[in-house]
Amino acid sequence: MHIPDGYLSPQTAVPFIAVMVPIWSTAIKKVKQRLRKKDVPVLSIGAAFSFTIMMFNLPMPGGSSAHAAGAVLLAILLGPWAACLGVSVALIIQALIFGDGGILAIGANCFNMAFIMPMIGYYVYKLVKGSADESSGRALLAAAIAGYIGLNAAALVTALEFGSQYHLFRAADGTPLYFMYPIKVAVGAMMAEHLILAGPVEGLITVLGLRFVASTHPELLSEQKHSKLYGNKEAANHV
Amino acid sequence: MFNKHRYLWLVLGVFIVLSPLGLIASGTAFGEWGVDQLEKEAGFIPAGLAKMADLWHHAPLPGYGISGFSDSLMQSAAGYIISALVGVVLVAGIMLLFSKVVKD
Repeated sequence: MHIPDGYLSPQTAVPFIAVMVPIWSTAIKKVKQRLRKKDVPVLSIGAAFSFTIMMFNLPMPGGSSAHAAGAVLLAILLGPWAACLGVSVALIIQALIFGDGGILAIGANCFNMAFIMPMIGYYVYKLVKGSADESSGRALLAAAIAGYIGLNAAALVTALEFGSQYHLFRAADGTPLYFMYPIKVAVGAMMAEHLILAGPVEGLITVLGLRFVASTHPELLSEQKHSKLYGNKEAANHV
Repeated sequence: MFNKHRYLWLVLGVFIVLSPLGLIASGTAFGEWGVDQLEKEAGFIPAGLAKMADLWHHAPLPGYGISGFSDSLMQSAAGYIISALVGVVLVAGIMLLFSKVVKD
């Protein structure tokens, strides 16, 4: 899902960097205001976890590959804005140090995997979980659905971004200037892979991660319950 | 810092060691083909894409490997583990800097 340089026109890639600037500054502001010092190691581990999980390429029928991203788990644990910062840093390191994803495309890649994915995932989780307990079966089901939908939302937006290039930018001889397949092909290929295989893996990782944190660090989840008990609408350690 | 969350760091360590499993999928993800693969994939290389593809060529560990050290699966696996370790140290290190600006 890491768009390389050249797949998006500069006219598409640059505006996405511009869109990410206010998103990043909001995320930094929220993290500075609301995250507490004791939660920073969890955010750091979560961001590094997201980095490594993206290295686990899953073989796809037809010879392609795809991967999960871990962004929804981070959003459930610390909130979507904290997840946005953590996954953005992972994506920027992947582009600069490992050449995975473009430099000019960094805005689009962060928009897809560090903004759309944790935001959609977080609110799907809240919606499905409702008022159920953080460690209930319903919460685990909510986490699975949130991971699945979050990753697929990111895949869809990615496919629309590069697929649209085929229709928008042509060379003088009529050949596509950037991405070379129509939007239908891009959406079809991306969604088939993520709906059938990578999405369920993301859902599974989100559930297993949540269960693991619930058993090793119950305080991370109980704080959310605690703040709810005392009428604070948003969880204390959520950003 | 490490002791309080030792189980989470431990899982991260396991992920680093297991990262070469990501090499099982040898195919390139849809829409991530390199210029060298495009000819085969699409039959041509779009002109604008060709111009921009090499925008950043300073990645020290390109494709999560060490240049010239990927002849065997063992070498690729070693490169992958080193890359995972470097990535984790950089990403976690940068995020830990936030403890300087957040409240207690």
